Amino acid sequence: MEATLDLRNGAVGEAPSGPHEETETVTLSVPDMVCGNCIRTVETALRDIRGVKAARANLSSRRVFVTYDVPLVSLDDLISALKKTGYKAGPLNESVADNGVQSSDLLPRVGVAGFAAANIMLLSVSVWSGEASDMDSSVQSLFHWISALIALPAVAYAGQPFFRSAANALRGRRLNMDVPISLGIILACGMSLFQTIQGSAQVYFDAAAMLVFFLLIGRTLDERMRARARGAAENLLSLKALSATVVEDDGSSRSLPARSLTPGMRIAVAAGERIAADGIVTSGTSEIDESLITGETVPRTVKPGDRVHAGTVNGGGPIQLKATATIDNTLLAEIGRLMLAAEQSRGRYVRLADRAARFYAPAVHVLGLSTFIGWMIVGAGWEPALTHAISVLIITCPCALALAVPAVQVAAMSRLFNQGIIVKAADGLERLAEVDTVVFDKTGTLTLEHIHLADDSAIDDAVLLRAASLAVASRHPYAQAVVLAARERGLKVVAREGVKEVPGSGLSATSNGQEERLGSASWAGVPVAANQEASLWYHRGDEPPLGFRFAERLRPDAHETVKALQDADYDVELISGDRVDAVALAARGTSIDVWRGATRPDQKLARLDELKSLGRKTLMVGDGLNDAPALAAGHASLSPASAVEISQTAADAVFQGERLQPVIQALMVARAARRMALQNFAIAIGYNAIFVPLAVSGHVTPLIAAVAMSTSSILVTANAIRLRSMRLCLTPLRRAP
Amino acid sequence: MISLAWLLPAALTLGFIGLLAFLWALRSGQFDDLEGAGWRAIEDGEPSTKSATPETQAKGSTNGHR
Repeated sequence: MEATLDLRNGAVGEAPSGPHEETETVTLSVPDMVCGNCIRTVETALRDIRGVKAARANLSSRRVFVTYDVPLVSLDDLISALKKTGYKAGPLNESVADNGVQSSDLLPRVGVAGFAAANIMLLSVSVWSGEASDMDSSVQSLFHWISALIALPAVAYAGQPFFRSAANALRGRRLNMDVPISLGIILACGMSLFQTIQGSAQVYFDAAAMLVFFLLIGRTLDERMRARARGAAENLLSLKALSATVVEDDGSSRSLPARSLTPGMRIAVAAGERIAADGIVTSGTSEIDESLITGETVPRTVKPGDRVHAGTVNGGGPIQLKATATIDNTLLAEIGRLMLAAEQSRGRYVRLADRAARFYAPAVHVLGLSTFIGWMIVGAGWEPALTHAISVLIITCPCALALAVPAVQVAAMSRLFNQGIIVKAADGLERLAEVDTVVFDKTGTLTLEHIHLADDSAIDDAVLLRAASLAVASRHPYAQAVVLAARERGLKVVAREGVKEVPGSGLSATSNGQEERLGSASWAGVPVAANQEASLWYHRGDEPPLGFRFAERLRPDAHETVKALQDADYDVELISGDRVDAVALAARGTSIDVWRGATRPDQKLARLDELKSLGRKTLMVGDGLNDAPALAAGHASLSPASAVEISQTAADAVFQGERLQPVIQALMVARAARRMALQNFAIAIGYNAIFVPLAVSGHVTPLIAAVAMSTSSILVTANAIRLRSMRLCLTPLRRAP
Repeated sequence: MISLAWLLPAALTLGFIGLLAFLWALRSGQFDDLEGAGWRAIEDGEPSTKSATPETQAKGSTNGHR
């Protein structure tokens, strides 16, 4: 029993004095927790378990921290208790849980910078108004000294993120946005200190503190949004965390999480369970649903000696397998290799703000330097020359670039977040905006995860109900589709007693001397050559057997989404690993003209590369393991929340829900964000065009510098915030003729 | 002008107290769950006693989570 959970963060009490002293704290993700009542339900459900010492829910991160006694409670108890109350929960990795929401040290810096900026501004305003009235120079000097006393330590502490980033860039012989920022701040503080000692009126402490404060706000917002998106993505993945029942040599079994399995372990997989590790079947026969791995919707029959992949679902009877190392698994190894190569090509993408910085940062430095040299040539002496050069640096300090672009992206990401689309990186958003071709996968992307009964109007209620009451005993995808169809008709499905399941064949039950069978054609006694259309047969006594046909269900808005994309001049393609006829059907259902079926992962990748060589920017939308390399290779990529872990990790954004419309939302918001970012650049350039000549000519007083900088920052931020509530529609792309 | 001698320290001290209060709140985890705190305030039920036992708090804090 104590071995059930040696996997988490180990025992917490270092020297356990008794069995009850050993407690552990785990972090569970509960993505469905959205309101005050949820907090209460979740916490109460957990605290009611005997052995749970504390449960504290965090609504912002959708997580709950639970402390419990190790011998009394296991992780599975917690998860199943939550499941009973209707909340799906999953364990988070300790490393993942720790770099969660509050890892940032930016917030205290914002507080310090805000305190400094407010108090220095108070003193500065007195000095400015004192210039117009009767303030004498000794009081002015006192105020400057107090400002220095506040500004220097505050800037030294709060400005560290910029200094560090600038130092890193310079060490790598690059220029980034933080280099002119740091230079401006340091020069402004240094020069102001010198002027204060000299007793001059040109003191820029307020500008320096204000600059740090505004820039820190932008950076904090950016980081919060990113942490939130990352946390939400991790929450989704944690629900997929697999655990496996490991069978020991002596026959006892214990539950282990998938990541602590080692090759050679014997694993028992019950019917309906997801297989936790790649392995070779050692006993039992079953049917494996591999749709997430290959895109193939028809289950594959496996028998001892066959290979099975992690992530597939055991649809038939219980099997046992021997775990094998990932390395000798050809499919996974191949996918890993393809992904690595594909990701390298995307690593070269340069973000919008960095592209602007390439031109902006050198320009600022040249401008500042030439102002200094210019004033020296004119013969103004080095002091005023340096003051003017610094005011140029302060005025041009790239507030708009460093604050407005993140502000736009935060607004865009949080708008998408509220619609269930988790954008994991800001550069993903930028790449989404450039897309002109959309490539869909079929299984699980255009279609829903589960198959359903096709043309079931031909089957009458009584027969369907009888078949369903047999099928309810099985976890096979076909059986579940039959049960679902019966429930959708409003029939009350009651489980039959004495149902026997023969893996790979079907179900049988005997009542009133009549045997009923539900399963494959041979199981139901149908001649093989008869009607191959049906894939499941029901047969009772002497009645003729009845065939059930199955189809995948397209996502409810798949067709209109594809049409909206086509109307907006996007090229839409469908590439799937499933059988050609199934893909053709889906292509017809969504009126996609360009499609191909039965493609291997490397063929998908090849098609994407082909599109790239034609100069297209491709958005890949897919969910399966076989899509992972293509997701990594696409210019941008989206994946539904039902996707396998590796695909969700490879995708730029993950969308939740049954609908496909988030694809349009994501494209729309991404393009709007790009537009806003460019608008903000325009605002920034306009502001520079007015104030830089003033600064170069030496007319920028500390008052003008402070006012100009604040207004431009507020203006671009306000513009960015508009994106949150703006009405958007997908406008046609403008393509180069 | 002599009033500045006490006005300035007074203003700065008040501001500094505000800053310290903010940093204290930050450190004691009051900004960890901004959404949840709002909901908890309007919750009708009795605050759970089980989570507030001193023993539990000591255990919980060793792990950094409250």
